Amino acid sequence: MKFDDEPAPGQPLPILPGHSSPGRLERVLRAGSFAVTTELAPPDSADPEEVYARARVFDGYADAINATDGSGANCHMSSVAVCALLTRIGYAPVMQISCRDKNRIAIQGDILGGAAMGVCNMLCLTGDGVQAGDHPQAKPVFDLDCVSLLTIARTLRDESHFQSGRKITSPPHVFLGAAENPSALPHDWRARRLAKKVAAGAQFIQTQYCYDLALLRTFMRHVEDLGLIGKVFILAGVGPLRSAKTADWMRRNVPGMHIPDALIDRLAGAKDPAREGRDLCVEQIQAIREIPGISGVHVMAYRQEETVAEIIDRSGVLAGRVPWFPGREQDPRDPRSPGAA
Amino acid sequence: MYSVRQWSVRHARGLNAFYRGFEAVLLRCHRLFERIGYERLERPVAFVERNVKGLLFDCQMCGQCALSSTGMSCPMNCPKTLRNGPCGGVRANGHCEVKPEMKCVWVEAFRGSRRIEGGIDAMSEVQFAVDQRLKGRSSWLRVVREKTEKPPAAAKAAASAGGAGR
Repeated sequence: MKFDDEPAPGQPLPILPGHSSPGRLERVLRAGSFAVTTELAPPDSADPEEVYARARVFDGYADAINATDGSGANCHMSSVAVCALLTRIGYAPVMQISCRDKNRIAIQGDILGGAAMGVCNMLCLTGDGVQAGDHPQAKPVFDLDCVSLLTIARTLRDESHFQSGRKITSPPHVFLGAAENPSALPHDWRARRLAKKVAAGAQFIQTQYCYDLALLRTFMRHVEDLGLIGKVFILAGVGPLRSAKTADWMRRNVPGMHIPDALIDRLAGAKDPAREGRDLCVEQIQAIREIPGISGVHVMAYRQEETVAEIIDRSGVLAGRVPWFPGREQDPRDPRSPGAA
Repeated sequence: MYSVRQWSVRHARGLNAFYRGFEAVLLRCHRLFERIGYERLERPVAFVERNVKGLLFDCQMCGQCALSSTGMSCPMNCPKTLRNGPCGGVRANGHCEVKPEMKCVWVEAFRGSRRIEGGIDAMSEVQFAVDQRLKGRSSWLRVVREKTEKPPAAAKAAASAGGAGR
């Protein structure tokens, strides 16, 4: 999909009528295209080039790139800084905000700061507990939870004031997101929790990994029963599994991971498990696209980010669309490029 | 105590009904409380509240009790002090991500809320983050004051505290 007015790196696009942000992710979703988002692991470094190198692997395959905020409670470059770097050259980042490390004073400052740097999408998260990461001795903040965070972000945007009531002069024009985990207990409650997030201001949802598609379908039925389809864009979380061993380790050690035994058995029986994991991911994306109410996929390929392009390409979900990236006009996949067939 | 806390969730319906009656009695005492002075009552009432609710719910005295909308499972026992339902890290056995030996406070809340009439709807309402200034203060007295104050002041107090109490 192309927008006539896109993009001069670092320059915001106009906000279309009915949109909350000038961002491309919101435009793609509202236009009804199947969206692809992915995740960039911020480097353990102060070098901006490391950020750009990590973003470049997704060129042409992602509508937006999430910059995680101390994911797994591990220390990395901050999400707001990664996003600010990415917007400088025109990428569309999703700034993740976790409630684990900052109180409401710091978070509201980051929302304004991120928006000022051209960030159009913000994902409001509770965050993993500090015990999961490399600084278990840290103080967990959790002044807000994700629902209160959404409330605060929406208030800043739509009512132009801080939680204290103090006015701001120019509101952050952001598209607000939240996470949900269709695989986690209590299954009968998850859709209602989603409803709370939508009520608090969530406009898009990126779910945790959905390896159990039966659970995802049940969740989506509940979402439909609550009348939420059409009120929120849901992007299902997917990702390639490298081997049966890593899958088993992940489900035992990564919070919120649920991987059915059948998938682990399939990987264990494969000659090339990494290849099998990518095939499985492609199949799951294709199956997810058929589930009513799903607007896209969020591909999380931690430490195998280079596989995202292949997976998305083989899944065919972009249907010939080439999401914008710096230099797209020179890319042979782009219909307007000199090298296009 | 963990076992008593679990007992309370199992008896959420009875405890909720009891509290409704108790609150009605407190509300009728409003004039008496006013005569004595709410600030003078704060310490002794908070002392009783801390011990009674501490025993039954492992109450952390956040000062903005939400037990009626959490199936009698105190959300402040959640290591992330979530006020709006379980995080995505709940383990496959329903236990907490942070404290694997403990059942998820919100899985318990869902269990308790199903026992209370209208409990699921109450749990579905958005609760704003706690006001840290109220920590250690009596929720009971706050509820009586808010429910008996004249409307504009009550609305303002509720807005600043963010959400209904118990």
